[in-house]
Amino acid sequence: MTYRNRIQTSVELIGAYILAGFWILPLLYAFWAAFHSSSDAMHFDIFSPLTLDNFREAWSQAPFARFSLNTFLLVSFILPGQLLISTLAAYAFVRFKFTGANVAFALVLVQLMITPEILIVQNYVTLSKLSLVDTISGMGLPYIASAFCIFLLRQAFKSIPKELEDAAELEGCGTMSILWKVYVPLATPTYIAFSLVSVSHHWNNFLWPLIISNSVETRPLTVGLGIFAAPESGVEWSILSAATLMSVAPLLIAFLIFQKQFVQSFMQAGIK
Amino acid sequence: MKDSTRNIQGWLLFTPAAILLLAFTHYPTITTFFQSLYTNKSIIRPRRFSGIEAYESMFSDPIFWKVFVNNMWLAVGTIPTSIGIAIIMALIVNKAIPGRGFLRMAYFTPTMLPMIAVANIWLFFYAPDIGLIDKVLEVFGFEGNNWLGNPSTVLPSIIVMTVWKEAGLFMVFYLAGLQTISPELEEAAKLEGSSRWNYFWRIQFPLLLPTTLFVLINAFLNSFKLVDHLFVLTKGGPDNASNLILYYIYETAFSFLDISYASALTIFLLALLALTALAQFFFLDRRTHYR
Repeated sequence: MTYRNRIQTSVELIGAYILAGFWILPLLYAFWAAFHSSSDAMHFDIFSPLTLDNFREAWSQAPFARFSLNTFLLVSFILPGQLLISTLAAYAFVRFKFTGANVAFALVLVQLMITPEILIVQNYVTLSKLSLVDTISGMGLPYIASAFCIFLLRQAFKSIPKELEDAAELEGCGTMSILWKVYVPLATPTYIAFSLVSVSHHWNNFLWPLIISNSVETRPLTVGLGIFAAPESGVEWSILSAATLMSVAPLLIAFLIFQKQFVQSFMQAGIK
Repeated sequence: MKDSTRNIQGWLLFTPAAILLLAFTHYPTITTFFQSLYTNKSIIRPRRFSGIEAYESMFSDPIFWKVFVNNMWLAVGTIPTSIGIAIIMALIVNKAIPGRGFLRMAYFTPTMLPMIAVANIWLFFYAPDIGLIDKVLEVFGFEGNNWLGNPSTVLPSIIVMTVWKEAGLFMVFYLAGLQTISPELEEAAKLEGSSRWNYFWRIQFPLLLPTTLFVLINAFLNSFKLVDHLFVLTKGGPDNASNLILYYIYETAFSFLDISYASALTIFLLALLALTALAQFFFLDRRTHYR
């Protein structure tokens, strides 16, 4: 490496870390502020004493345990539902090429552009007719049939060689056991990728849960945090930081541990 | 397998998905459209057919034009910048440099946060006088600013925050794109004595064009779907300076209880998104032709 190249490389390296600094510092600052009193946080008193008061305060001002439980219930209703229903639909498209399958698939794809986020008004009307307003199932229901999941699984199922299926049939496997023993195991990477993307999306989703929930018993973390942070409630900055940290902690910790899988899943889901 | 069994089994397997899709995508789309053609029902008068009245009042509603233009500015302000930063990030992380894992984590982490949390964190940076930005400006002897309270700085402030939140996600797509480029191309370019700058503009950037198109369209769609931060930061204010279409729909339907008008707005948004998605179809199809 020439002298000039070496300088270039180190300049680039410094640039890379400065960029990373800009991206990570806002978070580190929130983290730091959550452990300091509001007045210390505002004066950037770096060596001021650590405290857990903000967490205690946030915890007592709003039922974050309940919100976490609600988010957990919401995600554990949506994901298995999505996987089950999309598996069946994708299997129908790939193996049964039924009459009208192309039209049906086109109708599925419509949901890729008309996402439930946009149909908030009419979906609210529908759910109130079903008297599912302010329930976790009502919050999850519009997302259970996911065009995106059907699409990804259909792609994955299509790449499975026909010979495997024929062999399973010769062994005496029925329709459902071929799905369960051949298709599903071979599409595992797709299942993992979609699951991580779906969980992160619904853990963080806000607008629809806000509209459909109106009690502590159903509000997920994002909505609880949103109400807690609304300008009119005027909470102190450090307490807000603590509440924000508590809300993002589960997903963020999962991400930090399984960072590679998360990034790869987003990659896979993106390129289809 | 007989044709009839195939058909029956196929349709049976597809039915659960079909019912849910019809109930929460197709049916509401159609009812939204009809709703927009009728006036609101109230206690004293039943709803009546009003044709395109709701659309006429939409096009003469200055707030509608304001939120639409805001949305466009948001798209113009966030998309090119976040794509540029995302490409730089992907190029950095794609190379074997010290601390690669850490850098990738740093760039991607904001993507994992809910927009509400992002807004909470940035709220403090933008706070007048006591906020981080004003504090830093003060050190250098500049005047502070009420970033979110000033109609001329509120949208740029939100744009900066959105770039921070989204660049990492786009980086991942570019990373995927970069990994499909054969390393032999880089070696060949090196042998030819081509500079890195040249290699990027002549080889990498053109080969990443499909990725750019994909990111461009998805970022555009996102800029219309993501309004969560407004609930915490500005409520669309001051004077609708940061209001966006979807937030305006929410306000119209759930605060002003004007379902008819909210439906007309929704149809407008749907038409806009559908056109974009069709453009994506068209362009992505072309790409597969010349490959």
